[in-house]
Amino acid sequence: MLRQRAAIYQTLLLAGVGAAGWYFIGNAVDNLTARRIASGFGFLGREAGFEIGETTLISFSAADSYFKALAVGLFNTFRVALLAVVAATAIGVAVGLARLSPNWLLAKLASAYVEVLRNVPLVVQLFFWYAVIGESLPAPAQALNPLPGFFLSNRGLALPTIVSLLPFQIETPMLSGFDFTGGVMLSPEFAALLLGLALYTAAFIGEIVRAGILAVDRGQYEAAQSQGLSQSQLMRLIILPQALRVVVPPVTSQYLNCTKNSSLAVAIGYPDLVSIANTTINQTGQAIEGIAVIMLVYLTISLAISALMNTYNRRIALRGARA
Amino acid sequence: MSRGQAMVQWTRTRLFSSWPSALATLAIVILAAKLLPALIDWAFLRAHWSAGDGAACRGADAGACWALVTAKYRFILFGTFPVDQHWRPAMVIATLLALYGVSGFHLLPAKKLCSLWLAALIAIGVLMWGGVLGLSYVENQRWGGLTLTLLLSTFGIALAFPLSILLALGRRSEMPIIRWSAIGYIELVRGVPLISVLFMASVLLPLFLPQGVSIDKLLRAQLAMILFAAAYLAEVVRGGLQAIPPQQEEAALALGLSYWQRVRYVTLPQALRVAIPPLVNTFIGFFKDTSLVVIIGLFDFLTTIKVSLTEPAWSGFGIEAYLFAALGYFAFCYPMSRYSQALERRSAHGAGLGALREN
Repeated sequence: MLRQRAAIYQTLLLAGVGAAGWYFIGNAVDNLTARRIASGFGFLGREAGFEIGETTLISFSAADSYFKALAVGLFNTFRVALLAVVAATAIGVAVGLARLSPNWLLAKLASAYVEVLRNVPLVVQLFFWYAVIGESLPAPAQALNPLPGFFLSNRGLALPTIVSLLPFQIETPMLSGFDFTGGVMLSPEFAALLLGLALYTAAFIGEIVRAGILAVDRGQYEAAQSQGLSQSQLMRLIILPQALRVVVPPVTSQYLNCTKNSSLAVAIGYPDLVSIANTTINQTGQAIEGIAVIMLVYLTISLAISALMNTYNRRIALRGARA
Repeated sequence: MSRGQAMVQWTRTRLFSSWPSALATLAIVILAAKLLPALIDWAFLRAHWSAGDGAACRGADAGACWALVTAKYRFILFGTFPVDQHWRPAMVIATLLALYGVSGFHLLPAKKLCSLWLAALIAIGVLMWGGVLGLSYVENQRWGGLTLTLLLSTFGIALAFPLSILLALGRRSEMPIIRWSAIGYIELVRGVPLISVLFMASVLLPLFLPQGVSIDKLLRAQLAMILFAAAYLAEVVRGGLQAIPPQQEEAALALGLSYWQRVRYVTLPQALRVAIPPLVNTFIGFFKDTSLVVIIGLFDFLTTIKVSLTEPAWSGFGIEAYLFAALGYFAFCYPMSRYSQALERRSAHGAGLGALREN
């Protein structure tokens, strides 16, 4: 009786999903024929016809294919997400430790940081940093010069690059006309996105680090102190390794969030994968394929990261402990 | 110990307990002494609060230009809703705030609260659309501003919630097809960024509807946000269901209750109670996420501020505009986050990592 009912429910679900799918696909086929759009991924080989403002390692021109454009976008996503994750981890650990500091001012400052950053949408923060860079930094001619070879202006940050290792040669950016030539130029879009993502993610990581440290049993502190360990030894050898076990899973999911959040690049015009896929959709009308590419890429990243996390978790988990 | 001694003691232990601590205190004090006066000078003393066209803000020693906000406040609150009808969205905002208050402070029993919500949501629909009771009809392209942000988030969560319960139950179901469908849906949605779901709603959904049938942009975005929120809420509800001791379910089974009776009277009420703090946190995240509709061009709180900046009179005051936007979102999210923290402290269950906020 129960088994019969289960079979009926499941058949109904399958039939419902199937019917909806059939209906939607049928409509899509009709619509695509009416708009004369050929479905499929053939468009990827066609000439993109747009320039990408930001390319590193992969050179790109308007004559290149959509496929290459999307590859550049994916590379840009990884570039900003990777740097943001590294920076967010460093800032986040510092903030988490600061919140637990015996120093009242430091602890309050860190908790204010966390509360402000967590309670304001990331897009707003990105717009804000973009506005700060565009409106309060000087023009290239009056660029700030905090370190030799580094120039900060409303066109972005110009950095020296290493041109060759043997003999060691550095190319420093030079002001010519209205802009810098030579070196590497980090665009305002990239800088705003990196800054926004790193600071935002750091607020969440800070809370995780704090909770992780608090989760370590008091007895561990007392035992370590009675062994005569110093405060820094206590942290480094006893508390942090145990906190790490609790901290890793939620931090990994923050890394994942950070990667997904890098898609907000489209809001300030940094050419990441989503932004370029969006341009591609607008130009070719291949909406289904474009969105499929976005989703596929992010799902792959998600699954890869969670697989990595599970392996790592198994390795550091306590023997015989509950999952 | 006298008051003075206590203060000295406090300063010693909390500000100068060790060399590094003393250095940190000094560094913070010096930095504050340098930055705060300049900030106050810019944000208040030299600021312009009202100016017809922003010309005053462009003076040589002008500070912050808050005039942008005072000049555009109606647009930022109500979007392009007809001006003589602004009392309607204003009442909607007031109703929503009252609803949050009544729900948050447990002023009504659950059943009455549900009816109140239902009645209020209908009243809000009438106020916004009009077309009945002598109210003029206002198409939803003209809804906007803070009103739209509150509507998108409130209706989004209210409608995603029932769906999320079904998904959570589905994920724990013993029927393989139902379980795997629920898992597939939840993981698919949680694996992709919200923007891709919004793009789907704005460019893909029209393709999947028969020719000639169209749903307008606002409803499409709302639908996308409901489907998105449901996946995240489902995981929170599942967390609550998992926290209930299995004996509860077994006892209910022994009493001869059917599946839906067990869910309705035994497991779900307990699960939701446990899940309230993380549910509030999900709501905060969702409230912030509504700001992404700026990317598909809906006129929410953030978009109206951004659009105000494109007027020649106000261009170049992005820092002020986005500080104000940040303040606006903060004013809603911070109290909610304090609320959920208070709940966590009160309940014995909510402690530890399980209650941490996702983005």
